[in-house]
Amino acid sequence: MTRFAPELEASVATNGWTEPYVHIDNVSKAFRMDQETSIAVRDVSLSIRHGEFIAFIGHSGCGKSTVLNMVAGVYPPTAGIVRVDGMPVTGPGPDRAMVFQSYSLLPWLTVEENVFQAVDAVFADRMPLRDRRARTERFLRMVHLWDHRRKRPAEISGGMRQRTAIARAFAVQPEVLLLDEPFGALDALTKGALHDELLALWRSDGRRQTILMVTHDIEEAVYLADRVVVMTDGPAATIREVIPVPLPRPREKRSVMHDPRALDIKERLLSLLQGSPDQSPR
Amino acid sequence: MEDVSLRLPSVVPLVDRREDVRDRLRARLMRGTVAARAAVRSAGWSLASLAIVLSVWQLVCLTVSRDFPSPTASFRVALTLLGSAFVRVDGTPGIGLQALASLRRIAVGFSLSAAVAIPAGVLIGVSPTIRRLFDPIVQVLRPVSPLVWFPLALVAFKNLGGVSSSTLFTIFVTSLWPTLINTAVGVSSLPADYRIVAKVFRFSRWRYLRRVLLPHALPYVLTGLRLSMGTAWLVIVAAEMLSGDMGIGFFAWDAYNAGSYEKMIAAVVVIGGIGLALDRGFDALSRRVDHQRGGR
Repeated sequence: MTRFAPELEASVATNGWTEPYVHIDNVSKAFRMDQETSIAVRDVSLSIRHGEFIAFIGHSGCGKSTVLNMVAGVYPPTAGIVRVDGMPVTGPGPDRAMVFQSYSLLPWLTVEENVFQAVDAVFADRMPLRDRRARTERFLRMVHLWDHRRKRPAEISGGMRQRTAIARAFAVQPEVLLLDEPFGALDALTKGALHDELLALWRSDGRRQTILMVTHDIEEAVYLADRVVVMTDGPAATIREVIPVPLPRPREKRSVMHDPRALDIKERLLSLLQGSPDQSPR
Repeated sequence: MEDVSLRLPSVVPLVDRREDVRDRLRARLMRGTVAARAAVRSAGWSLASLAIVLSVWQLVCLTVSRDFPSPTASFRVALTLLGSAFVRVDGTPGIGLQALASLRRIAVGFSLSAAVAIPAGVLIGVSPTIRRLFDPIVQVLRPVSPLVWFPLALVAFKNLGGVSSSTLFTIFVTSLWPTLINTAVGVSSLPADYRIVAKVFRFSRWRYLRRVLLPHALPYVLTGLRLSMGTAWLVIVAAEMLSGDMGIGFFAWDAYNAGSYEKMIAAVVVIGGIGLALDRGFDALSRRVDHQRGGR
C-alpha cells in the first residue's frame, strides 16, 4: 500500500504506525451486584494507532481491566462502543489474543499442546497440519520453551507459564494483543527477562500487533509503551491523563533506565499516581 | 569459547559422579527406610482393628447368641469354601464363581448406567434449560430405594428377560445418580477463564468439549463413578437376594436358608473385600489424574 502523506511515511519508517486502529468511544461500564449498580468506568475515550503499544496504569480497582475486557469482547460496554479496524466488537476472537495474569493455560495439556490447540483451532482451514505444528514449534522456540514442551503447566515456573501464554497469544497472529497484568505475579528478574522476550517477539513480527497492556508497574509501563494511560481511582474511573513515551525503539533496559526523558516521565507518573493517596482504595 | 566447553566436563564430573552415586544411594536407602516404616505402621493398625472386630465378635458369640458362628468355626468353613471357590461342588458353584457372576452383572449394569449418566450430566451441566427441566425428576427418583425398583422392573420386563433384566435395571437406575450429579457439577464449575480462552481462540464445539470441558470435569466424573460403583455393589447383593439368581448375594441368602451361618460370614468378607478393591481401583485412577495435573 502506498501512502502519500509525508508525516505518515515518516511514522511508518520509525515506528510502524499507520492510522487509528482501536477506537474506544465514550465507553462506560456498570456492573449489577445484588440489586446495586456500581459504575466501574465512565466516559473512556481513546484512539489507538495500528502497531502502537499502550499501557493502562492506575491503582487496583480503577477499572483498567474492565476497559481491556471490553476491547476483548468478554462483556459489552453499558454505554459507548469499541471498534477495532472500524468494526464494532461483539465478542472475543483470535484477532484480539489475550494474556491474563492467571496464565489461563489448560492444566491438562502440555506446554506444546496448549499452544498447538490454539494454532490448530485458528488456522485449521488456512494451513496444513504440518505447518500448524511447525508454527507451534517456532513460537515455543522463540520463548525458549521447546525443551520443556512435554511438561504440564504445574511442572514449570510462573515465568515459563506466562511465556507459554505469550507464545500462544502471538502464535495465532492477532492484530491486537491484550495483556492483563501479565507480569504481575512474577519476581523482578523473571519480569525483566519477559519484557525483553515480549519486545523481541513483537519486533520479529515487524511490530504489527497493536498492544494494550494493563499494569501497575511504572517502570514496566515506561519501558514497554508508546503511550501510558493514567486512570483515576475507581469507582467510576476514567482517563486522567495520557502521557507519550517518545523513546526510540528498539529499547534497551539499561539505557532507558538512565534516559533523562524516561526519568521525567516516571517522575510525572509517580506524582499523578500519588496525587490522590486518600482516594486510593486501600 | 570452545576451550571452556571442552575443559569443563573433564574436571567437573569426576568429583560429581562419586558424590552423585553416594547421594543417590543414601537417598534411596532413606526412601526405603521411610517406606518400610510406613508399611509396618499401617500393617500394625490393620492388625489392631482386626483384633477389635474379632474380640467383639467372640464376645457376641459367648454372651448374646450361642447360634452365631464363632470366629474360629467361620474361619475353618471359609478355608474350605476358598479351596473350592472356582469349581462346582454337587452342582452348586463355589463362592468365587458366585462373586464373578455378581461382578459380571455389575459390569454390564454399571457400564450402561455410566454411558447414560455421563452424557446426561454434561447436558444438564451445560444448559440451564435442561437442568431446570430434569432437576425435579432427578431429585424425586434419586432417593427411591432399589428394593422398590426391583419389583417395578419385574413388571416392566416380564416379557423381556424377566428376572435377570430386572436385576440389571435395578443396578442401572441406582448407579445413575452419583455419576450424573457429579458430572453436572464438574461441567458447570468450569472457570470463566477457560471459557474465555476457548472463545478467544475460536475453539469448535468439539474441541471445546474434548480439550476443555471434559478434561476439567474428569475428576468429578471419576468421583461420581466411584460413588456409583459403591452403590451398585451395595445394591447387587440386595437384588440377588430378591431375584434368586446366581451371585454372591444369592449365595449369602441361600446359606441363611440352609442354616449354614459360617458360609454367610464368608460371603460378608468376600463382599467387603471386593467392595474395597473396587473403591481402591477408582481411587487410584483419580489419584493418577490429579497427579498428572500436579494438583493444578
